Amino acid sequence: MTRRENRVGYLLALPAILGFLVFYGLPFVLAVWNSFTLGAGGTLFIGLENYRRIWGNTLFQLAAGNTALFMGTGIPAILVLSLLFALLLHKKFKGSRFVKLAFLFPMVVPAAATVMTLRIYLNGRTPGMALLVVLYIWKNIGFDIVLLLAGLTMIPGEYYESARLDGAGRWQSFCYITLPLLLPMLFLTFIISVLNAFKSFREAFLLAGEQPADNIYMLQHFMNSNFQNLNYPRLCVAAISCFLVIFVILAVMYGGWRLREKGGGRNE
Amino acid sequence: MNKRVKPGGTVKSGGAVEPGGTVKSDGAVKSGSVAKPLLMIILGIVVLFPVLFTFVNSFFVTELGEQLAGQNFVSAGHFSLMAYYKVFLATPNYLLKFWKSIGLCSVIAAGQLAVGCLAGMAFAKYRFRGKQVWFALMVLFMILPVQAALVPNYLILSRLGLLGSYWALILPAVFSPFSTFLMTLVFQGIPMELLEAARLDGAGTLRTLVSVLVPAAKPGVACLVVLVFVDNWNMVEQPMVFLDSVQQFPLSVFLASMSGYNYSLQYVCGVLCLIPVTLLFLFFNEELSEEIVVTAMK
Repeated sequence: MTRRENRVGYLLALPAILGFLVFYGLPFVLAVWNSFTLGAGGTLFIGLENYRRIWGNTLFQLAAGNTALFMGTGIPAILVLSLLFALLLHKKFKGSRFVKLAFLFPMVVPAAATVMTLRIYLNGRTPGMALLVVLYIWKNIGFDIVLLLAGLTMIPGEYYESARLDGAGRWQSFCYITLPLLLPMLFLTFIISVLNAFKSFREAFLLAGEQPADNIYMLQHFMNSNFQNLNYPRLCVAAISCFLVIFVILAVMYGGWRLREKGGGRNE
Repeated sequence: MNKRVKPGGTVKSGGAVEPGGTVKSDGAVKSGSVAKPLLMIILGIVVLFPVLFTFVNSFFVTELGEQLAGQNFVSAGHFSLMAYYKVFLATPNYLLKFWKSIGLCSVIAAGQLAVGCLAGMAFAKYRFRGKQVWFALMVLFMILPVQAALVPNYLILSRLGLLGSYWALILPAVFSPFSTFLMTLVFQGIPMELLEAARLDGAGTLRTLVSVLVPAAKPGVACLVVLVFVDNWNMVEQPMVFLDSVQQFPLSVFLASMSGYNYSLQYVCGVLCLIPVTLLFLFFNEELSEEIVVTAMK
């Protein structure tokens, strides 16, 4: 039975595994190899030389810096705003469903449609970083609100009841009940917001075109200009840097999370 | 079963009314129970503004000075269906692009559904060697940003000689690990007894998948189709990198490169681009927001 189960399981997963290997897994290994070599065939192994050169490249630094600025402002902003709106929407009122759906709708609006409207509206004026951050929040806040709303509904109502009987104000019950109990969901929302931030380079790219102003030159611009001249090592280093950044963020967050759980240090 | 139904269930039925009510009711009543909803509804409309803006403007045409358009909410022009006539009747080009994009996204969604359901059944309901490792690998690549996946995709597509054809857009999308991930989570919520019963009735593996597992997981399946369709309807990076002629570009990319065109024409194409995703959203928003929560809980 177990052998049969093993075989059937593999057969079912085979298309997914094979397709994954052919289009993602193996080419990624190839990309890693390319990032350590020189020349079209990837014949000359030069170690970290490519990384040194590209990380030292002023355009790459510009892209990385702008990306960091974008995430550094956009992600805290979206977390605070979505928490605020989730708290406001938590108590149902007439029209709350409409509001929730209105916030969720931008998620499906094609980037091209948004950008087209914005470009006509800007009418030649150059878009700035602030606009990109607003666009990012506009597009992704609904998703975060839905997550946090789910987190809020999981907090038992009795907690608030007894807190109120003990004389706690609204601010106190927010700080000592809502926030600590919502923390796992906030953590998750943070991770999803990071992943979504990478997706919003699309808007930046469409809005600014191939040659953007320095203040909104993002990673996507850097990569696209290298697709045009087919600079494989550069592309591979940029892609792997992207991967590393996400991986490090996730690892740090996860590590911090585990540490906190182990310490169990919540003083209630 | 409990895994899947629980989080969704609590969201919908229980908590929502009670805890919120007890916390805020006192304050909310004092500060005016009309003000907050009103404010929120206005905010909701503000959020929808760019879409409304596109829609309203698609009905207006300016005769002179196109630059005037866009500065005001309604362009300095007069009501006209001329642009609609041009896009829908006079020139077949736009509609051709529209249907091509629909076809492209449908093929990708169907492919992902097939691959995802098969693999989802394997990962959720079978034990096989290396299962955990494969799944972890796929999840790792799922979180990879488009920018990072683009390069490996490009490398393999150029080796296979698929660059410049629609296969370059279809194949990597079909095998995107996302569908496997989502379907695994969805199928994990279906009780094993249902499968046992099907087996006792003499149904084969595929038969069980098609007529037991998939119908039992309808909301999840619907959600997958919607998410995949929307995601690919919005694809921008892949066509720009993998295709070489502008003629081939799907509607999403074409729209972004329309800056030379007459404004009202652009707005109508924007509306055209919004139609399928808006319809999908209106029909499936319940599944969408529920599945966001279920997936995130794991």
